[in-house]
Amino acid sequence: METLIILLIGILVAVATYLILSRNIIRVILGTAVLSHAVHLLILTLGGLKTGNVPLLTEADAPYTDALPQALILTAIVISFAVTAFILVLAYRAYQDIGTDDLDALRGTNDE
Amino acid sequence: MFSVTFAIILPFIIAALVPFIHRRFKFIHIGWLVMLVPITLFVMLARLIPSVASGKTYIQTYSWIPTLNINFTTYLDGLSMILGLLITGVGSLVILYSIYYLSTKESLQHFYCYLLLFMGAMLGVVFSDNLMVLYVFWELTSVSSFLLIAFWNHRKASRLGAQKAMLITVSGGIAMLVGFIMLHTMTGSFSIREIITSIGDYTDHALFVPAMILVLLGAFTKSAQFPFHIWLPDAMEAPTPVSAYLHSATMVKAGIYLVARFTPVFGGDQIWFWTVSGVGMITLFWGSFNAVRQTDLKALLAYSTVSQLGLIMSLLGLGSIALQYGYSADSVLYTQATFAALFHLINHSTFKGALFMVVGIVDHELGTRDIRRLGGLMTFMPITFTVGVIGSLSMAGLPLFNGFLSKEMFFAATVQIMNADVFSLQSLGIIFPVIAWIASVFTFVYCMIIIFKTFLGPVQPEKLDKPLHEAPMGMLISPIILSILVVGIFFFPNLLGAYILKPAMASIYPMFGDPANLTPSIHAWHGVKPELLMTIGVVIVGTLLYRLLKKWKPVYGLLSSRYTFNAFYNNFLSFAASKSTIVTNKYMTGLLRDYLVYIYLFFILTVGGFFFYSGAFSPNFSTDARIRVYEVILVGVMAVAAVAMLFAKSRMTATLLNGVLGYSIAIFFVIFRAPDLALTQLVVESITTVLFLLAFSHLPDWKRENIPSKTKITNAVISVGTGAVVVLVALAVLNYDRFESISTFFEDAYELAGGANIVNAILGDFRGFDTMLEVVVLFIAGLGVYTMIKLRAKKGDENSEN
Amino acid sequence: MKINDVILRTVTKIVVFIILTFGVYLFLSGHNTPGGGFIGGLVLASAIVLLYLSHDIETVQKSLPLDFKLVAASGVLLATGTGIGSLLFGAPFMSQTFAYFDLPVFGKTELTTVTIFEAGVALAVVGVVVTIILSISEDE
Repeated sequence: METLIILLIGILVAVATYLILSRNIIRVILGTAVLSHAVHLLILTLGGLKTGNVPLLTEADAPYTDALPQALILTAIVISFAVTAFILVLAYRAYQDIGTDDLDALRGTNDE
Repeated sequence: MFSVTFAIILPFIIAALVPFIHRRFKFIHIGWLVMLVPITLFVMLARLIPSVASGKTYIQTYSWIPTLNINFTTYLDGLSMILGLLITGVGSLVILYSIYYLSTKESLQHFYCYLLLFMGAMLGVVFSDNLMVLYVFWELTSVSSFLLIAFWNHRKASRLGAQKAMLITVSGGIAMLVGFIMLHTMTGSFSIREIITSIGDYTDHALFVPAMILVLLGAFTKSAQFPFHIWLPDAMEAPTPVSAYLHSATMVKAGIYLVARFTPVFGGDQIWFWTVSGVGMITLFWGSFNAVRQTDLKALLAYSTVSQLGLIMSLLGLGSIALQYGYSADSVLYTQATFAALFHLINHSTFKGALFMVVGIVDHELGTRDIRRLGGLMTFMPITFTVGVIGSLSMAGLPLFNGFLSKEMFFAATVQIMNADVFSLQSLGIIFPVIAWIASVFTFVYCMIIIFKTFLGPVQPEKLDKPLHEAPMGMLISPIILSILVVGIFFFPNLLGAYILKPAMASIYPMFGDPANLTPSIHAWHGVKPELLMTIGVVIVGTLLYRLLKKWKPVYGLLSSRYTFNAFYNNFLSFAASKSTIVTNKYMTGLLRDYLVYIYLFFILTVGGFFFYSGAFSPNFSTDARIRVYEVILVGVMAVAAVAMLFAKSRMTATLLNGVLGYSIAIFFVIFRAPDLALTQLVVESITTVLFLLAFSHLPDWKRENIPSKTKITNAVISVGTGAVVVLVALAVLNYDRFESISTFFEDAYELAGGANIVNAILGDFRGFDTMLEVVVLFIAGLGVYTMIKLRAKKGDENSEN
Repeated sequence: MKINDVILRTVTKIVVFIILTFGVYLFLSGHNTPGGGFIGGLVLASAIVLLYLSHDIETVQKSLPLDFKLVAASGVLLATGTGIGSLLFGAPFMSQTFAYFDLPVFGKTELTTVTIFEAGVALAVVGVVVTIILSISEDE
């Protein structure tokens, strides 16, 4: 199972990288979103999959699955949401002021 | 009770206050207040002279970074006393002088702030026992010197001179830092006192010589020794009080101080002896030789300072030989060189300080310091003339002035060194008196130039912008005091010897027992000895050369300007600047993609390359959990959705596919027993999709990207490579069991945090700090979004952005 | 943003209350079962966003007169404040504590300072999410 998920992560990372390297700013933002999906899965997988029960002490019996990666991912999900929101707004505000969504055209704008 | 630490800190405190005081009392010259600082410190230090002379030292330690052996230890002994008195004493006089030199129209708050900064830093250098602390203060003197040289920063020459001084002294400082670290590696201590006591065990250490050379580099750059002397003449762009203070009396003496301080550490080694005395001798000659051809009085004094610094440096080198012999009646003779060095250190500060102030007066009152435009000032400026003559004659080494005494001792030391039978001195020793004598002849010549070309000869009022007149009395006080010292020391040299120089000798030769044995009685007349004959020779030949100056001056034309050290420095600087511009422009393209490509390539090459190189990759599939059919289907759906994003025709499709990925991951979270994550992921994914759709109403639909297929292939290769390396790393780490898992700790959440939901207990309690900061990040992002949208500049007042 | 859709509005009126209740439940139950500040906050935020989607901004503003920037700020203040609060009792920054009490109606109840912290988190999440969505949708 872990190997399978890791291969999936590899595909996600490759897709995300390709998107991030493109010129269109929406593709870049989507790329970062996919990349954060991949990283969340990666953290969870490295903690071991299906090693125990739900980490709720009153609801299930030991052994429990590792709770630390879950806490880290929870933090990461919220942060990546905040960052996505921020760069989305940054992108469209840049488009409104400069008039392009092409990263190559954004280069060297004198509006610094 | 006097505290040395207080002496270091006081100037810094006042420096911080100066701008505020200046704002409150604009009508008073702020210099009057600033002058109280060095006067106070001078008095406090002077009160300690008797106890220091009796061999007492003052140590104070404040723990700073004890784990790294770095403590704020101040140490007051004879050697640091000399420098401390010079810094505060000359400092007081210079500030008094500057009050009349700088009008209130200048930005005085900057000037005195920098000057106090320098004073504090310089006191820090001489009073620090810890090498790291010393280094910090050392660089701080370079920084404040930079600020002071560039005080008139509207002048290009000032800025360039400041830059040159900064580059050279700071580079030397960094070399010195490396040397200090080597010393620490060897001895395990940053304390100079501890290093001195333990260095005997490490003289054969592989780092001993490199550390010595690096420390010397720091000293030589700071004290303007050949070939690093080129910064000092350019530093003369500074206001004259600064030149008198930093670039003749104190900062350039820091290198001398360092060499003296490290003599007990490195002295006695052949390389130390030859480097210090050799470089000093070359500097002595080169400085005096070049001073003769200067037409700008300040440049002349700069070269003369270089030369005099070389003299002191070479004396310290000569004196270090005594440590090779160890303590005996014979070796004491060699320590006289060191004694002469310290003596001349003080003398030079007095006569050179006076001379700088004289030149400053001439420049300030007449508007020029070019000797071709000056002459005959004696009748118009009698007091200035008197001070100038006293300073010049002292520098030339003539009797009735303190320079004569130390110059004689210098000659004596060079003659004495020929008797040494180590370091191949039997054959090479002769070069010391020869070079010393030749250099002294040139010294005599330029001293005559100062006197005759400036103050005697025909007056040339038509070449001057201002009428001839004597300077205001206030400006004359400081040079007069200094010239009184010049004469006074000549008549009472042994007072200085017993109270100031004797304890300093004890600091340099700590293992030589009673410093009284090392302190000779200084006499102006000691019979017809070689040194006296040398002085007489200097006067005769010097007068001859001065008379024939016009005949032999073309010699200087032979020195091609293309091969000077200045040209080398300039070429190196412009070469470095142009080449680094080219290199930087090559890879700083301004394209986001290029920068990302660097990052990804670096990641692939280093991480992937390391796996390939180390052969660390040994995956273990045996612990894999079982795979069920629906999981395979889910993985397949995600893979297809991900790849389909690359070929999506519209941004809407791509966003929805991203949503598919997000919801599939939520299902995985359910499968992998993470209910909190699943819930969060579901909600966040929904909100993110809404966000994308909202933002799309403000963005254009995406067009087909016309990217050349070559770039596409590169991107694809990098993407696949990144994915592959991530897979490799993940597989390698998956079964890493070198350390025990910490997750069992969190399973006691109910007892420790009172919560049955472990994930939540971690978020709220165990790692609450993370969560708190995360909330802050979230908040900042929200604020950022709000500001970008709501607080944009209105059309029409676009200038408000800049 | 004006959507004239009777069915959506009617459904929203009921659903929003279900979601809000669910959000509060998730927030409170987070200590022992799935839930907590983040999820509770996110669910509450999505309920409010749903309200804005079905009605226009002015209407919602009238019945829910909240400045969500202030909500977010007070949440952050609360979250950091509990951390500093522990300093007052001589405990290290961010120490949480808990105890059991016998309350008249609820019986034996556990009260913890984490709940205050989580409330701060939830408020911050609600405030930030709604602020972001509102700012974008109000733009032009």
